[in-house]
Amino acid sequence: MSTLLEMREITKEFPGVRALDRVSIAVRQGEIHAICGENGAGKSTLMKVLSGVYPAGSYEGEIVFEGEPVAFRDIRDSEARGIIIIHQELALVPQLSIAENIFLGNERAVRGVIDWRETNRRTEELLAKVGLNEPPTSKVDSIGVGKQQLVEIAKALSKDVKLLILDEPTAALQENDSRKLLDLMLELKAQGVTCIIISHKLGEVGYVADTVTVIRDGTTISTLDAADGLGEDRIVRDMVGRDMTHRFPEHARSPGEVLLEVENWSVWHPEHADRRVIKDACFTVRSGEVVGIAGLMGSGRTELAMSIFGRSYGRNITGEIRLRGQPVDVGTVPRAIDAGISYVTEDRKSLGLVLDETVRFNTTLANLESVSSGGVLNRNEETRVAEKYRDALAIRTPTVFQKAVNLSGGNQQKVVLAKWLNTRPDVLILDEPTRGIDVGAKYEIYTIINELAAEGKGVVMISSEMPELIGMCDRIYVMNEGALVGELTAAEASQERIMSLIVNE
Amino acid sequence: MTAVQSSERAEKAESGRSVRDYLSSHLREYGLLFALIAIMAFFQIVTDGTLLRAVNVTNLLLQNSYIVIMALGMLVVIVSGNIDLSVGSVMGFIGALAAVMIVNWDQSVFLTIIVCLVAGGLIGAAQGYWIAYWKIPSFIVTLAGMLVFRGLSLWLLEGQSVGPFPREFQVIANGFVADIFPTGVGEALAGVFDVRRLNVLALGFGILAAAALVWIGLRQRARNRSYGIVDEPRSFFVARNAIVAAAIIFITYKLSTFRGLPNVLLTMGALTIIYAFLTQNTVIGRRIYALGGNAKAAKLSGIKTERLTFLAFVNMGILAAAAGLVFAARLNTATPKAGFALELDVIAAVFIGGASMSGGVGTIVGAVVGAFLMGVLNNGMSIMGIGIDYQQMIKGLVLLAAVVFDVYNKQKQG
Repeated sequence: MSTLLEMREITKEFPGVRALDRVSIAVRQGEIHAICGENGAGKSTLMKVLSGVYPAGSYEGEIVFEGEPVAFRDIRDSEARGIIIIHQELALVPQLSIAENIFLGNERAVRGVIDWRETNRRTEELLAKVGLNEPPTSKVDSIGVGKQQLVEIAKALSKDVKLLILDEPTAALQENDSRKLLDLMLELKAQGVTCIIISHKLGEVGYVADTVTVIRDGTTISTLDAADGLGEDRIVRDMVGRDMTHRFPEHARSPGEVLLEVENWSVWHPEHADRRVIKDACFTVRSGEVVGIAGLMGSGRTELAMSIFGRSYGRNITGEIRLRGQPVDVGTVPRAIDAGISYVTEDRKSLGLVLDETVRFNTTLANLESVSSGGVLNRNEETRVAEKYRDALAIRTPTVFQKAVNLSGGNQQKVVLAKWLNTRPDVLILDEPTRGIDVGAKYEIYTIINELAAEGKGVVMISSEMPELIGMCDRIYVMNEGALVGELTAAEASQERIMSLIVNE
Repeated sequence: MTAVQSSERAEKAESGRSVRDYLSSHLREYGLLFALIAIMAFFQIVTDGTLLRAVNVTNLLLQNSYIVIMALGMLVVIVSGNIDLSVGSVMGFIGALAAVMIVNWDQSVFLTIIVCLVAGGLIGAAQGYWIAYWKIPSFIVTLAGMLVFRGLSLWLLEGQSVGPFPREFQVIANGFVADIFPTGVGEALAGVFDVRRLNVLALGFGILAAAALVWIGLRQRARNRSYGIVDEPRSFFVARNAIVAAAIIFITYKLSTFRGLPNVLLTMGALTIIYAFLTQNTVIGRRIYALGGNAKAAKLSGIKTERLTFLAFVNMGILAAAAGLVFAARLNTATPKAGFALELDVIAAVFIGGASMSGGVGTIVGAVVGAFLMGVLNNGMSIMGIGIDYQQMIKGLVLLAAVVFDVYNKQKQG
């Protein structure tokens, strides 16, 4: 088999970060090539380099497609050569029909007038190819996510695709839809279409892939051939296998009484009423304990946290929450705050901060009662509180009157933490508390977390970074597809064990 | 060079930079004040001094009072991230209601005022309900409201103008506060200033207001200094306060040589102070800024965003009703056309005053200055005899220029 695509020594740098470091990958004609790696390993960046989202010149290295070097300036360039990416977030217009979506930007038209008969005829052909039995005129938002994925593939086929790239195609799909999609990939392979699939799920990688390339921390770790047998253990080890040195502050903890108990917690999707997003989750948090929730993106960790915090996510929520043994009603955010629960959001920019306002404004926002009397703010008291947290958390800002938008990521995160500490919570749920901040700031956040635990607070830490969980937590729950599938103590936990709990689902 | 000299020099460079930083981050406020002064100076010259004649100053305040009153509510609505297109119609409807109650049904003025304000609050509640709890865009709900209340006023007035109002209703808009000082004092002062008469209360009020403003400014400044906030450079502080204080005293002096303090100026002034305090110094005001600045973050911080949105519209309804009473009293009649397209002037005033369409940004004082800026433009152009066609175009361009200036400023900083 000849080589269809070769990416040689690709290096891509962002300010302060080297996202890809001499990554090489070779894809043979007619194969299904899987790329595996943790979140943030560089898979998506590599695909963006390939498809021209990062144009030629913004990276180093060479791309050879069909035997000749190529330099794509944008996506149109790469699509013209038959390289088509289907992203995790589908790029369909929900209000348009299947046929309209398939030929969007590529309309079957004569002098600007669309030939609907031709459009629908071609659509039917394409839908037959991907095994989707829907009329071409159905609106995309009236069919399920699984079928939408098939529409995306049909759209790719309409463009004379040579290399089809699927970015985590089954992340949002149910079991049987996933299976159908994988079978379709095998069928397309039989028809001569070459595929790259990006996936964490080793089960499906083993099912479809001919070759697996593992990427970690922006470098190629290994390339494995299905003919030699794809050892899942080997892939897992390659995916996570970095060593951990002193990246976490020392801590000695002695967890006390049980603070928070969540029992049989089930949550349904706010829009798709038949989709259960959280399945009978049960967990406990003790005073002075740091509990981790591991899992991949989309496994339901954020949804679990937000549904507990004042039912900020989902509907038809069932289950019970107890604080210090007493059942509590945390049906609204103010009640959750009053009960002593805080939730530090994953996305601090869009959910955590009012960016155009000052550090002081943001620090006191969740507990304005503490700095007011009779509904009138005491500005001096407010400033004093903001400065207290600035000093305690070492928030680096010239004054507390600086706008939050001007702070670095790590300091913004500390402002969000300050906001929640000011509500004097017993239980803090931290959702990806160190995402996108630099190593030094991470260490400081870890130190703060240790101090909170030492004060007797219960901390729940949600993270995609397994080393962080292992380095910080007393216990780790592993989450997959909406269910807590395992619980590991600090002594038991290792990246391999967590990963195998996830992939062996 | 000695160490002292070099440190002095460094300090000087430092203060030079801080003046520039300060100016660039507060360009909007100074720009607005400067624009108002420039426009007034321009019209004062081209109208041969007519603009600032006592009778015209009084007129300017009366003419714009209902715009200012509604701009206060609109500022709150816009800061919360919404818009209200119905205020002109609501204002007209309440004026019609007042006329029908007093003229046709012989109800007392007091009862009419209470019923009208409550009706305004209910109208706001009816619209706010859909916006806050059903998440229907405020643009659509209030567009519907605009049509509904326009129709309701027509229906209520049966297409006719209803009036005139009794004297005690007219004083809401056309009354003046009687001078409490003995007439001898006024006559003596009138002699000093070489004018026909002088209302001592009005002048005294102006001097007190200016002094209070300067005192508050000084106190704020002292407090900022003690917290080490990057403060307004001294020269700016002095110049700004001197101009504002002089303007207040000048305007009240002008008023005092005519008929004194209009009742409606007191209402407007009191409401402005109340709303400035409400937005800047209270928990509810703070939450409205948070809601407009980032609704999701506000909700996750335990703020009841739905209720707050609802209240913003109730408040808007009450203020639109108040404006409707003032408007009807001023015209001394209620007409089916009253308040037509006035919502656009109100919204324009708020945006000229520096509020942002996306919410979370804007001040009461800015909105009031924006309203007067539009008012001076209207008034000045009318005195000059410029046709309504050009007036509309010029007002439109001023609005565009103000917002472009905002966006440009923000991009430059960002």
